[in-house]
Amino acid sequence: MELVVSLAIGVLAGSGVWLLLRPRTFQVTIGLALLSYAVNLFIFSTGGLRIGADAILGRGEVGTLAAFTDPVPQALVLTAIVIGFATTALLLVVLLAARGLTGTDHVDGRERER
Amino acid sequence: MSEAALLLILVCLPFAGAVAAGLLPTHARNAAAALAGVVALTALLLVWAAYPTVSTGGVLRADFAWMPSLGLNFTLRMDGFAWLFAGLVTGIGALVVLYARYYMAEDDPVPRFFAFLLAFMGAMTGVVISGNLVQLAFFWELTSLFSFMLIGYWHHTTAARDGARMALTVTATGGLALFAGVLVLGHIVGSYELDAVLAAGDRIRQHPLYLPALVLILLGALTKSAQFPFHFWLPNAMAAPTPVSAYLHSATLVKAGVFLLARLWPVMAGTEAWFLIVGTAGLVTMLLGAYVAIFQNDLKGVLAYSTISHLGLITLLLGLNSELALVAAVFHILNHAAFKASLFMAAGIIDHETGTRDIRRLSGLNRSMPFTARLALVAAAAMAGVPLLNGFISKEMFFAEALSAEAPLGLLNVLPFAAMLGSAFSVAYSLRFIHGAFFGPDPVDLPHTPHEPDTWMRFPVEILVLTCIGVGVLPAATVGPFLNLAMRSVLGDNVPYYSLSVWHGLNLPLLMSMVALAGGVALYLVLQRRFRSEIEGEPLLRRFEGKRIFERAMVFLSWRLARRLEGIASTRRLQPQLRLIIVVAFLAGGLAVWARGPGPGNLPPSAVDPVLALIWTVGGACALGAATLAKFHRLAALILTGGAGLAVCITFVWFSAPDLALTQLTVEVVTTVLLLLGLRWLPKRIQVPGDGGPEVLTHARRTRDLALAVGAGGGLAALSYAVMTRTPPELLAQDFLARAYMEGGGTNVVNVTLVDFRGFDTLGEIFVVAAVALATYALLRRFRPAPDSLEPPMQQQDQVSAEAAEPAPTTAGPVADWLLIPFTLTRLIFPVMVLVAAFLLLRGHDLPGGGFSAGMVVAIAVILQYMIGGTAWTEDRLSWLRPRIWIGMGLLLAAGTGLAALGFGRPFLTSYFGYLELPVIGQVPTASAFLFDIGVFALVVGATLLMLVALAHQSVRGRRATSRALVSSARAERTRVTAGSD
Repeated sequence: MELVVSLAIGVLAGSGVWLLLRPRTFQVTIGLALLSYAVNLFIFSTGGLRIGADAILGRGEVGTLAAFTDPVPQALVLTAIVIGFATTALLLVVLLAARGLTGTDHVDGRERER
Repeated sequence: MSEAALLLILVCLPFAGAVAAGLLPTHARNAAAALAGVVALTALLLVWAAYPTVSTGGVLRADFAWMPSLGLNFTLRMDGFAWLFAGLVTGIGALVVLYARYYMAEDDPVPRFFAFLLAFMGAMTGVVISGNLVQLAFFWELTSLFSFMLIGYWHHTTAARDGARMALTVTATGGLALFAGVLVLGHIVGSYELDAVLAAGDRIRQHPLYLPALVLILLGALTKSAQFPFHFWLPNAMAAPTPVSAYLHSATLVKAGVFLLARLWPVMAGTEAWFLIVGTAGLVTMLLGAYVAIFQNDLKGVLAYSTISHLGLITLLLGLNSELALVAAVFHILNHAAFKASLFMAAGIIDHETGTRDIRRLSGLNRSMPFTARLALVAAAAMAGVPLLNGFISKEMFFAEALSAEAPLGLLNVLPFAAMLGSAFSVAYSLRFIHGAFFGPDPVDLPHTPHEPDTWMRFPVEILVLTCIGVGVLPAATVGPFLNLAMRSVLGDNVPYYSLSVWHGLNLPLLMSMVALAGGVALYLVLQRRFRSEIEGEPLLRRFEGKRIFERAMVFLSWRLARRLEGIASTRRLQPQLRLIIVVAFLAGGLAVWARGPGPGNLPPSAVDPVLALIWTVGGACALGAATLAKFHRLAALILTGGAGLAVCITFVWFSAPDLALTQLTVEVVTTVLLLLGLRWLPKRIQVPGDGGPEVLTHARRTRDLALAVGAGGGLAALSYAVMTRTPPELLAQDFLARAYMEGGGTNVVNVTLVDFRGFDTLGEIFVVAAVALATYALLRRFRPAPDSLEPPMQQQDQVSAEAAEPAPTTAGPVADWLLIPFTLTRLIFPVMVLVAAFLLLRGHDLPGGGFSAGMVVAIAVILQYMIGGTAWTEDRLSWLRPRIWIGMGLLLAAGTGLAALGFGRPFLTSYFGYLELPVIGQVPTASAFLFDIGVFALVVGATLLMLVALAHQSVRGRRATSRALVSSARAERTRVTAGSD
């Protein structure tokens, strides 16, 4: 299982990094989205991969790590998902505005000189 | 009133007044002036109330512990010297407020002016009554800041902006040097308290660090007091409104420098270094300023350079290392404040009533404004040092000191001559000011017809001129006690004998005065021809203009040097920067592994489940496909990204994280919609089949990036594998699990963590989301699409032409029923989705759900209506939906819940919980954290909708410009369809 998830993280991160280095703004946006999937999965995985562990306490129960999943990475990732959405939105709008302003969708606001 | 309260109010009152004035409406001139006047007069009364204590040699104190462990306290301390300056600051402040009420035009934003003026007064009061040197440096910088605001008050003019910036750069830099000097001084003494410092004179002067401390402190004082070579900022600060010049450049800002020199005189002066630096700076400044002043054509320019010159005189006196010279310096500070403030005001009156300050255009105003002319004449005579006026007496003391001062160098022999020369220059420029403006033939071509100003505008000048005469005729009876008081608190029992009287007999200083007067008159007569010529500026020294050097330095520092450094060390291109970040991150990870070794994993990997492996085969393929297609096939790339996101979502479910899966799923939907909306504004890019392939260089670049991507991906995969095969450390998790229900009142630990344990983080996060949403909104309001994206997409054009071909379809044909079934379905599903959202929100504390996912669900429900129903249709029905109000309410609710805890005496964001029995629904958890979660919910709804709707509206706007018909016809269609389906 660990192998599958880590390979998944690797593929997502690799695709994301490749797109980050591309010259078109839309590529960078998609790249950031993929990279954030990878990073979220990675943070999540630091709590250990638990199949079928309880996520919800019983009334009046004192939870232990033996029986429950680790809530800290989950809380971190939940925050990261929402913030990731906000930054993606901002990036999109900035790139649209830049495209309207400069007439190009190159990340530097002008085409590379050849 | 206790001493401490008096001092505290004295400092705080002007700042409070500044805030109040700043809140007034933009054109409330009278209200602002009245407020400022009341504040200034109250402050003056407070100063006067301190007189009984101070006059008996007492010192008022107020101590407030701030950081006692670092020796930093908020200490206010008022002895006779501080009292005298506090009186000067508040007294002249009150007069300037009255004057400014009449000077400022009605259409200026006057409340802002008075707000800055009062804040400046507070800062200046803080400087003079600070009992702690660090605190003094703080107030010192505040005076720089507020003088910047005041000088730049008319910020629509270049001169004001440049002058303000220059003043700030010079004085604030000096202030930093002063701060450093104060720290050194505090290190020498072992305390920053002024009392301790003043008691440690010998230790300071003999300490090896004396010279650095002295140089740093002098840098602060000399820049502030506009001493050579830092004098150039003052004339440029004349772009300020004249009341500001009258206040800042006569009585307050520039006097802060000499105030500090006099304050520290007992402990820092008396050395050769002091004499050389302070004395030389003063001497050069006095002569230079006076010389340049003669050739100014602007009335305020004359006064500005004359101020520089008089400050030089004061500095020179302070540098002479003699107690009598110190007395003369302090006396001259007072005299100069009186006559210079009144002269600035007179110049302002002339400017106000004639429309110009150019001496070459003005003449003969004596006839149209006789009373002002008399007042200015007396004040200028005081400046020139004519007998029976205050300037004369301090000048006599200066001459006496110049003759008798003792100091090591032969330089002293020239001092009497320099003093006479400076004095003669001073007579010449005073004559120029008076004769040029008020005498001669009637003026021609003035912008306004000159006349006397409003009586109350002249009133402050009258008070000041009366002071000049009073002090000049009866010095011992008027200013004597106060001066004595101030000197006693600086020098203690070492106050030398001095006599304040007009007539000291026929002695050498009187003779020097006569020579200087005659010389000045002669100089003025000789220079007449030059004044009438068109030549600007003074002879000989024009090339050494400090301003030009300053500007060149600024251009070099902030432009050329910065550009050069950028060229060497940086780039403006994004890709190399990102590449660098990735390489560094890779190296950092790699180095750590290389240095410490990965070590063996202690957990055996669990068996691979073929289902998840299959899911990730698809997910990985989606990610790779998105990476390949993002350039030419954006829509496909977007869909594939969504596929990868779904794989992530399933993984969360698989490994027991329902909350994450829920949030991921909803966010995924919203993100996709958002990006879909953006696609429309991107340029067409079509892959040409059979293209010759990329060039060699491009090919090489891609290979390098591919290597980087493979390296980064592989590295991260290895890292996560290493992490997952080790026992996770038990840090906070155990604690959170144990306390989630017992203390947080919720069984969903993740949600309790978000809204309770780490509530402060979440609060910060929702503020970020709100800021991002507003930024998005603001950016889109000014959005201008690229020209080639302007026309509507092909499908919409087809529809328009179809409708044009059949203008009034009689039956529901294919065009009218466009998307009818999805349209009906989405309308049906809307209330269901809202119900789901409410369900998620309510159970969030105990079961998977919560504010984030509930908010996203509502946003999706609304955006679905937008997508299928169209903007116009949806907004007709959901007009109550105001995203910005949701954002505001959400933030207020979340922050308010946190603040409510303070009301119960608990720390910020402490939560309370219990269970509430509701009919039908049953037991509902009612933690206060639930209210917080509702705040999060409202914010997420508002922020998401704001972004999506703003982006969606761009298409409407674009359409409006090109084909208005489409919107209205679509709306007509919809209405008809709705009516039919109801």
